[in-house]
Amino acid sequence: MILESTIKAFELLFSFDKEIYSIIFLSLAISILATIVASFFGTLLGILISISDFKLKRFTKKLVFTFMGIPPVVLGLIVLLFITGPFDNLNLLFTKSAMFLAQTLLVLPIITGNIIISSEKTQKKILETATTLGANKIDKITLLIKEIKPFILMSIILGFSRAISEVGAVMLVGGNIKNDTRVMTTYIALNNSMGEYSSSIAMGIILLLIAFILHTLLAKFRGDFYD
Amino acid sequence: MKKIIVLLGVLLVFTLSACSKKELLIVTTTSLDNSGLLDYILPVFEEEYGIFVKVVALGTGAALEMGEMGEADILLVHAYDREIEFVNNGYGEKRHNIMYNDFIIVGPFDLEGDTLADALEFMTSQELDFYSRGDNSGTHQKELSIWNQYNYDVTTFGNWYHETGQGMGATLTMASLSGYYTLSDRATYLSMKDNLDLIIAYENREELKNQYGVIKVNPDLHNRNEEYADLFYDWIISQDTQDLIATYIMYDEQLFYPNAGD
Repeated sequence: MILESTIKAFELLFSFDKEIYSIIFLSLAISILATIVASFFGTLLGILISISDFKLKRFTKKLVFTFMGIPPVVLGLIVLLFITGPFDNLNLLFTKSAMFLAQTLLVLPIITGNIIISSEKTQKKILETATTLGANKIDKITLLIKEIKPFILMSIILGFSRAISEVGAVMLVGGNIKNDTRVMTTYIALNNSMGEYSSSIAMGIILLLIAFILHTLLAKFRGDFYD
Repeated sequence: MKKIIVLLGVLLVFTLSACSKKELLIVTTTSLDNSGLLDYILPVFEEEYGIFVKVVALGTGAALEMGEMGEADILLVHAYDREIEFVNNGYGEKRHNIMYNDFIIVGPFDLEGDTLADALEFMTSQELDFYSRGDNSGTHQKELSIWNQYNYDVTTFGNWYHETGQGMGATLTMASLSGYYTLSDRATYLSMKDNLDLIIAYENREELKNQYGVIKVNPDLHNRNEEYADLFYDWIISQDTQDLIATYIMYDEQLFYPNAGD
């Protein structure tokens, strides 16, 4: 079964089947975009939360950490309720945009939380020095971003892994529509439900291969991170 | 790095802009989707009218729920009483029969008995493990109504009666892996037969008829283009499409019997 599926994985990859390629492409596109958007806002939010002092800081941090572990299907449900309720006019249900939205919201707390942790560790060391040297808030933020760069990269990797491997939310708000919103994970879920395990494993192998290739590329950028 | 970001930005616009095409949203049951019929007939419609058909497969209960929220143009479901209720409550504009097949009880061995009553009696007395869909789908409703019709109360059943809460395909797969019995529509069973270690344990087309209907969701519920829904509604009950449905054959067996004209 495993050998058979491995062979099937390569058959799928080299079959040049348009459907398979568009599924892979869509998975990557949505997850990468969601990760980028979430990384931008997450990093900003994380740093802002960590350097500011405000009343509900402890509570906010607890909230962020809680949402880091939210089951994707619950987040999908929340998104579903919003896009069929207050934002019904946008016609977002069962679209790629809804999937993008769900994944972004899923990844956001992971990045924010990780940045909060790493930034709080780092800032004690550097911010005092920076303040005595007369740095303003923007200088401090830039300095902090520079200092925690490897951690930002790490949280992006974590966030992307969460996005690409997620199935519950995209199934719910995307609807797993053939030739439209079907992605690698919902393809696997569908084939599991049909007992087509070898197709599932094949797609699973492709998913892992892609993740491996991405990490290999990343290692080129930041080899030190993988040493 | 900047180049990559620009590239991805373009990609985003490209991906998200693909939303406002000519498209029709059909919400249907997992059993119909898993049977492969839609993949067989829908390309004909898409080609003829140049409309992209999006199919979302949920249980009939969830499908009707989506319809009530106006999140579908067309429903293809199989729960006659609830379909009529749906239309009467103003959620659906019109409903029509399209085709039927039958439900079957599948399992590891043949169920003894010549009638459904005998088969159920055998199953309950022997406490043969049974998977109920348990997901408020059309098949689940049918199963409950059968028990009800023969004066069984599922809440009194022992721990041989299990609810999977999953779609038809998933439940059949589980039944096959556990060696349990379950109620399935014939089409899904046949389309998955190769992957299943299950036989038809009881069948009777008269007692276990499975009627599918098409519903046009009330367009007032949503700001959708109802023109496509009308086109589809007329298309699926047209004689040509009905003839096409009759030619969907799997394992030398006709899976659906069109009856829009009856």
